[in-house]
Amino acid sequence: MRIVMVGHLDHGKSTLIGRLLLATDSLPDGKLEEAKKAAGKLNKGVELSFLVDQFREEKEQERTIDTTQINIRTGKRNYLLIDAPGHAELIANMLTGASSAEAAVLVIDAHEGIKEQTLRHAYLIKLLGIRQVIVALNKMDLEKYSKERFEKIKPGLTGYLDGLGLAVSSLIPLSAKEDENISRPSKRMKWYKGSSLLQALDKLTAGKKTGRAPLRFCIQDVYRVNGKDVAAGKVISGSIRNGQCITLLPSLRKVRLGSIRVFGKDKKVCRSGENIGITFRERVKVHRGEVAVTEKDLSRPLYRFESSLFWLSPEPLLLNKRFLLRLATQEARCSAEKILKRIDPKTLEILQENAKELKVNEAGRLILRVSSPLVIENFSFIDELGRFVIEGKNGLSGVGIVTSLLQRKASFPQNRSS
Amino acid sequence: MREAYARFRDIGLLWSIGKDSTVLLWIARKAFLGRVPFPVIHIDTGFKFRQIYEFRENYSRKFSLDLIVSRNKGAAKKGCSPENGKFPCCNALKTEALKMTIKKYGFKALLLAIRRDEHGIRAKERYFSPRDKEFRWNYQEQPAELWDIRTAKLKNEEHLRIHPMLHWTELDIWRYIRRENIPVVDLYFSRNGRRYRSIGCQPCCAPVNSEADTLQKIIRELEATREAERNGRAQDKEDAHNMQRLRSLGYM
Repeated sequence: MRIVMVGHLDHGKSTLIGRLLLATDSLPDGKLEEAKKAAGKLNKGVELSFLVDQFREEKEQERTIDTTQINIRTGKRNYLLIDAPGHAELIANMLTGASSAEAAVLVIDAHEGIKEQTLRHAYLIKLLGIRQVIVALNKMDLEKYSKERFEKIKPGLTGYLDGLGLAVSSLIPLSAKEDENISRPSKRMKWYKGSSLLQALDKLTAGKKTGRAPLRFCIQDVYRVNGKDVAAGKVISGSIRNGQCITLLPSLRKVRLGSIRVFGKDKKVCRSGENIGITFRERVKVHRGEVAVTEKDLSRPLYRFESSLFWLSPEPLLLNKRFLLRLATQEARCSAEKILKRIDPKTLEILQENAKELKVNEAGRLILRVSSPLVIENFSFIDELGRFVIEGKNGLSGVGIVTSLLQRKASFPQNRSS
Repeated sequence: MREAYARFRDIGLLWSIGKDSTVLLWIARKAFLGRVPFPVIHIDTGFKFRQIYEFRENYSRKFSLDLIVSRNKGAAKKGCSPENGKFPCCNALKTEALKMTIKKYGFKALLLAIRRDEHGIRAKERYFSPRDKEFRWNYQEQPAELWDIRTAKLKNEEHLRIHPMLHWTELDIWRYIRRENIPVVDLYFSRNGRRYRSIGCQPCCAPVNSEADTLQKIIRELEATREAERNGRAQDKEDAHNMQRLRSLGYM
């Protein structure tokens, strides 16, 4: 199970991971010695976080620069802990670590309380679609394991997370340094009746939610195999059957499947998550970016949609400025038709309605329009067709999800692109 | 892997003939439905085990590979070898040889079988990871990677390292080898109470004590082990930050 560790700089994420490595006895022999040796060379004492921060710069500055991924195992299952960096400039690295996770542990320093990155990370976890969150209130040793401190910090935090729509599965007072409430209930915090951190991890639900979504097969590439065109791609949702009639979007062409190919054999049926190749009975030219659906569950290719977006680039997102949008295997030129709301993700405060721009590290609700029709769905319906990135000339600039599908309002040239 | 090939037709796969890159090669055969549609590159230091060369000849024929054997002949002639320092040896015979090959064939992207769990520094890698023309890895300013959408861009004279198996563990590899019945070099299996967990150049690899002479026994051994996989690999530990230096100069 993939777990991302997030939180503000210096709130102790790496230390907590180091503690979890020790507590679950997941450290290979020699690693502790290696960390001691490296720490010795840099004239520092061994800290738990040294087990995690493997880079030279990280050891010298004592903070995490990029994501690190570490395996631990409990009696129940294996976990991959993704350590995301805590300071603002490295938000792109945090997103990288978090976008593949099934659950998050939000680490908060009980002494410092909620800080800027705590809230921003919580906002991004929600945006990325992570549905399970454990809050680890760390450094309780600095607060003398006080119940009063715990009770004081709790309302503001749960208030904000509820406001985001994030469900907190556990809120745990603990100390990574002193090993309290990590693998078993703490004797120094008898007033706390909930799970320890490892117990809380074992209670999380693994795996993706699987609804009954209609067929969406995204074509990734076309290969010539033994003189025949094979369209390779992934079944994003639903299932696909040999001989079935499908409709290709956005062109609305109807074709019949000739075969479903995987290495070494042909298959009759494939389900969501499978990477396959398909051939057609008819002679058709297909392309990357096309999506196969069934006639009864057609999706209307769209030029406009409403989205929730986080902006990463120092160059602001301006109204009507053109970018490249990537969604599954599709791409199109896009621009913001309207910035409905400019939001400060640290406070959820609406900075401006009908804004003209979105600045770095700001969030927004926008109406986006694209130059060629896209096959998209609400993120809450089929996530892989409802999440996208925006690229500017310096690379990745924004990340967003589709929140509402809108009808066309002509602004871009309207030629069909198939 | 399909995504990489969709973006870059000028792509090659680095095959060290070890278990990981042999699995990567197997996946490439699966992804492209039988035949790997791009060259497979073996960086040959000249110091590899005899079994590695035999395996290469045997399977490059069986799999009908477009094989490129890449050697830094100049450095080898000058007597570059591990005895005269492991760091310059790895750098010249592997990294420099790779540079020459990329230049000669004009590769825009390379598929590599590295995994995050092998070494702390590899844990920082991305699936699509750009290198500049000097081959440097700027790990402090890496592009973000969201979900399975890849946006890494190429500027002039750069190439992209693509790591499809980044999230696999050593145990995943062996379980997959068993499931798919993938052939691997027999050095991995125990003989006279010893076997190799990680293979490369003969002078820099040490075997571990093990009785595991079948796939089943290797998997069982790894499920119980507490020893790090690359403990037998000399270049990782000559100095506290050796691997980091090697990697920032373009090492795999």
